[in-house]
Amino acid sequence: MITRLLVANRAEIASRVFRTCRALGIETVAIHSDADTGLPYVGEADHAVHLPGTSPADTYLRADLVLEAARRTGADAIHPGYGFLSENAAFARAVTEAGLTWVGPAPESIEQMGSKIESKKLMEAAGVPVLTNHTVDTATEADLPLLVKASAGGGGRGMRVVRRLEDLSGEIDKAAAEAASAFGDGTVFVEPYVERGRHVEVQVLGHAGGVEVYGERDCSVQRRHQKVVEEAPAPRLPEATRAALHEAARQAAAAIDYRGAGTVEFLYDADADRFFFLEMNTRLQVEHPVTEEVFGVDLVAEQLAVAEGRVPSVAAGGPQGHAIEVRLYAEDPGAEYQPQSGLLTAFEVPDEPGVRVESGFASGSEVSTHYDAMLAKVIVHAPTREQAARQLAGVLRRSRLHGLVTNRDLLVEVLGHEAFVAGDLSTAFLGEQDLRSLQGAPVPGTAAQQAVSFFAAAMAWVSQVSAARPVQQRIPAGWRNVHSAPQVVSFDLAGTEVAVGWRHERSGAALVDLHGEVHGVRLVGAERDAAGWRVVVDHDGVRTSHEVRISGHRVDVDSPWGHLALTRVPRFVDPADVVASGSLLAPMPGTVVRVAVEPGASVEAGDTVLVLEAMKMQHTVSAPAAGTVTEINVRTGAQVAAGEVLAVVDTGDEEA
Amino acid sequence: MSANREAMLEKIASLDAEHAKAVEGGGERSVTRHHARGKLMPRERIELLVDEGSAFLELSPLAGWGSDFTVGASVVTGIGVVEGVECMITANDPSVKGGASNPWTVKKIFRASQIAQENGLPTISLVESGGADLPTQKEIFIPGGKLFRDITRASARKEPTIALVFGNSTAGGAYVPGMSDYTVMVKQQAKVFLGGPPLVKMATGEESDDESLGGAEMHARTSGLADYLAEDERDAIRIGRRIIARLNWRKARVSTSSTDGGGSTDGGGSTDGGGTSYAEPVADPEGLLDLIPGDLKEPFDPRDVIAHLCDGVSETNGQVFDEFKPLYGTSLVTGWARLHGRPIGILANAQGVLFSEEAQKATQFVQLANQTDTPLLFLHNTTGYMVGKDYEQGGIIKHGAMMINAISNSTVPHLTVVMGASYGAGNYGMNGRAFDPRFLFTWPSAKSAVMGPAQLAGVLSIVARAAAEGRGKDYDEEADAGMRAFIEASVEEQSLPHFLSGMLYDDGVIDPRDTRTVLGICLSVIDTSTFSGTDRFGVFRM
Repeated sequence: MITRLLVANRAEIASRVFRTCRALGIETVAIHSDADTGLPYVGEADHAVHLPGTSPADTYLRADLVLEAARRTGADAIHPGYGFLSENAAFARAVTEAGLTWVGPAPESIEQMGSKIESKKLMEAAGVPVLTNHTVDTATEADLPLLVKASAGGGGRGMRVVRRLEDLSGEIDKAAAEAASAFGDGTVFVEPYVERGRHVEVQVLGHAGGVEVYGERDCSVQRRHQKVVEEAPAPRLPEATRAALHEAARQAAAAIDYRGAGTVEFLYDADADRFFFLEMNTRLQVEHPVTEEVFGVDLVAEQLAVAEGRVPSVAAGGPQGHAIEVRLYAEDPGAEYQPQSGLLTAFEVPDEPGVRVESGFASGSEVSTHYDAMLAKVIVHAPTREQAARQLAGVLRRSRLHGLVTNRDLLVEVLGHEAFVAGDLSTAFLGEQDLRSLQGAPVPGTAAQQAVSFFAAAMAWVSQVSAARPVQQRIPAGWRNVHSAPQVVSFDLAGTEVAVGWRHERSGAALVDLHGEVHGVRLVGAERDAAGWRVVVDHDGVRTSHEVRISGHRVDVDSPWGHLALTRVPRFVDPADVVASGSLLAPMPGTVVRVAVEPGASVEAGDTVLVLEAMKMQHTVSAPAAGTVTEINVRTGAQVAAGEVLAVVDTGDEEA
Repeated sequence: MSANREAMLEKIASLDAEHAKAVEGGGERSVTRHHARGKLMPRERIELLVDEGSAFLELSPLAGWGSDFTVGASVVTGIGVVEGVECMITANDPSVKGGASNPWTVKKIFRASQIAQENGLPTISLVESGGADLPTQKEIFIPGGKLFRDITRASARKEPTIALVFGNSTAGGAYVPGMSDYTVMVKQQAKVFLGGPPLVKMATGEESDDESLGGAEMHARTSGLADYLAEDERDAIRIGRRIIARLNWRKARVSTSSTDGGGSTDGGGSTDGGGTSYAEPVADPEGLLDLIPGDLKEPFDPRDVIAHLCDGVSETNGQVFDEFKPLYGTSLVTGWARLHGRPIGILANAQGVLFSEEAQKATQFVQLANQTDTPLLFLHNTTGYMVGKDYEQGGIIKHGAMMINAISNSTVPHLTVVMGASYGAGNYGMNGRAFDPRFLFTWPSAKSAVMGPAQLAGVLSIVARAAAEGRGKDYDEEADAGMRAFIEASVEEQSLPHFLSGMLYDDGVIDPRDTRTVLGICLSVIDTSTFSGTDRFGVFRM
């Protein structure tokens, strides 16, 4: 029996495993890098061990440190989660050799399935359909397009699509180089690329009594070969094919006497209704919750049971309803999915029936770029696929995700997309569909809706400053007995300044659209609650509620139309902070006694630029910051007046 | 819509139109030219100067109405909140004849400085004026010196004076920055000298230019007249705000602090910044428009007005209005209430006429307010003290005198709102302009004169008829009718709020629905300095 379990992983998956451990009465141990010290999972564990450093190579990939952490905390079992050491046979072996329980398959199984080339051969032998392997020599024009894959790979790295035969050799080299650097193994292989294939995978659980199959998942919606939306069961799959897939997966697991949770991945060619074995993942998958939801099973508990040598008490039944999971990433889909880092000022997903959130972060967490950009998984389980998609989109829309750009809008768009709703899926989905969220950072809503939301932001801001007034606190905001110009509150929206005009009116503050386009918008009320400001705005008789949170100059607006991340533009800027940064002025009238640098010279902060003599004292004029001297306006012996510009140092601020 | 409301809305629309003239200043072309030079209009400067979302109570906006000068008298004055400090703000309007001061400008600034003095407010002057309007210099030059005297006396009373110089401030005008505690000048715009190049040339033969005589850079670096050199207008305002922020300003009267900071914009019981909590009125101020009759001959119950103006019932305010002596002198309502959490005593006319009982009741009430340091609010709707044999014999003069005595010598702050009629000595007894209430505002429905226009014309007619009879002549009835019509029309016009406001006989004509807000601001402003009631009055004739 396991009594104290260490999770050799981080963030959401650590939290996930801990939750089951708590339910089973097992003590928990977390490990964490420097960057992850403040994440929720560290606090949730009974014990935590710090692995100094931030890079995975220094921390989560250090088998020796993980084992040392287990020893120090007295852990008797290790769960590897996914990624990091989860498919490292040597580590699995080391864990067992250290006398600890390894929650995962035998090292041999990991090895057998770890090589995609070897596993394909194994499966082919077991009668499971596989894609033909090509080489530079065997491939012909007719085989195009081709896909170059890393044998040891995962997560899309080392994967390259080849559309012209002459590129193949070069792409193989590139993929090999990428694979070598990412996985320490440069072995790559080439197989046909199914353009509009679907990614369908089968969840298996091998145990002493055989192989349990917990249905399949569709994980076709991917970006850069990484899954974004996953669901169970797979939609639009003929029953015969479904059964054949399950059987193929069972054979795959049985072929290697697989123990524990594993996933057999297939490429499904919907047009031809054919599938091919891709690979088997010998660990818990990121998307395991959708299977858990529809089968009512706790796969982590089953993993632990198998690790403890037991067999599942109940056979997997049939799936109930439909579950969809989305991966919420801190990334900008409008900018090539660029990962984002920073302070997650708010992270709140509505906790409602049917909604499950697997999160590694909480409001106030710092998100670093050292690891995967996934913030959380949000899963909805509903009676039907349509209901699940609609509810999940609604949950995402109503989530509060502040501080970082996320892929939330993209997910909402996908879930509501005609093709997605129709179940018309393929791994090319994101590339093929014309998605607004992928075209720059769109501002949600129509022009009028945006005007309403900006107004709501301005009203929250004004209410906040009004509430802090030392005098006349309850005199209506912006009250005037003689009206002249509107009041203006300005925000920055992704580099664009948005000026909101408003004025006090007897029926409530009213928007004065400075472009004269939007009329009939007025404030119904602004109330402060625990979350921030609830601002209700009336536009032509329709009231819309906004939640506005203000933190320093940051203003986050959430409305039914979406989220706006605004920054308050200060009313005043001290010109000294803007202009004279590089100009060196004479502090008083005097004579230049020495010029220390030439124009064009590089200077460090504090370097002497020139020396003045005045009132029998020498005054050194030094560089305010590192930069290049672009101007020297005086010569030795020159008389200068106070305030005269003596020299200019370009500190490169303008370019920054 | 009620007839009362319709009539009042019409008057309010006319008021708004007059205010719009003041806002327009020198007109579109002048404003455009001004803007083209990167300059802001006075109200734009004020909007930037005051705290975001704070109120600005503009004073005397109709100054000069009915005169040859532009409505508003080429200056904006008012009370605004800057860095949490209630300040008197004055701003020349350079779009009106270069911001030149005419006799109304001077009167308006005098009134602003009187308000600053009585309430102990810091003053911020946004200066850009071409000096005196030369054709009317005789009315400005000699009394105008008071302007500079007032600045330095304010400083002596430790009421800070700050001048932000945006443009011309020459000759006499140079003493505005000259006398101020703090001076900020805008680079390449401010021009401050006693004599410009032509005058210097004439006086001494010296060749000079504007910049060397009075440029902002020169004053900031050489003469030291400018304490701060601003990059541009916005920067000058930024610096002005920083100056106020560092004044270490503390209001004299701060009510007991409450932790209920509010944030609620509804009528819930939150506070007025450090004050006690209070509830919004039981009656919506909007209803005032239905309440006030279009015809002043119709009386209305001031208790209804009080219900629209004063705080509603809350934990700390058990009743809206505690009436004093309700059964005695019923033509004048007196009693206690609260407005924005601050206690006030109210004297309000109920039936227009003041009799001996009302005068005695008022006298006692004013004394009571002075005993407890409670500010007084006067709500005018009076046709004056009662005339007639019985009343004269009953001592109406001495009783009226008691009331005027009490009001004249009372030292608690007085606020006056002229709601309707304000005729004869009633204007005095109810604390009219001559009695220096801290603030006096007028509703568009008001009329003030020595007596009603018809009565005045009638009196003149009777006197003329008596004179004719005395000389044994026939009275020309046709001429009498013409005279009466003319007199009635001209008195009518001269008793209207726009006209009187134009003469600076009030601090502004306000929309009745704004009364509570205006009084709330005034009471908050009054708390800037200390006050206490007196126990010394003139000799009361008993």
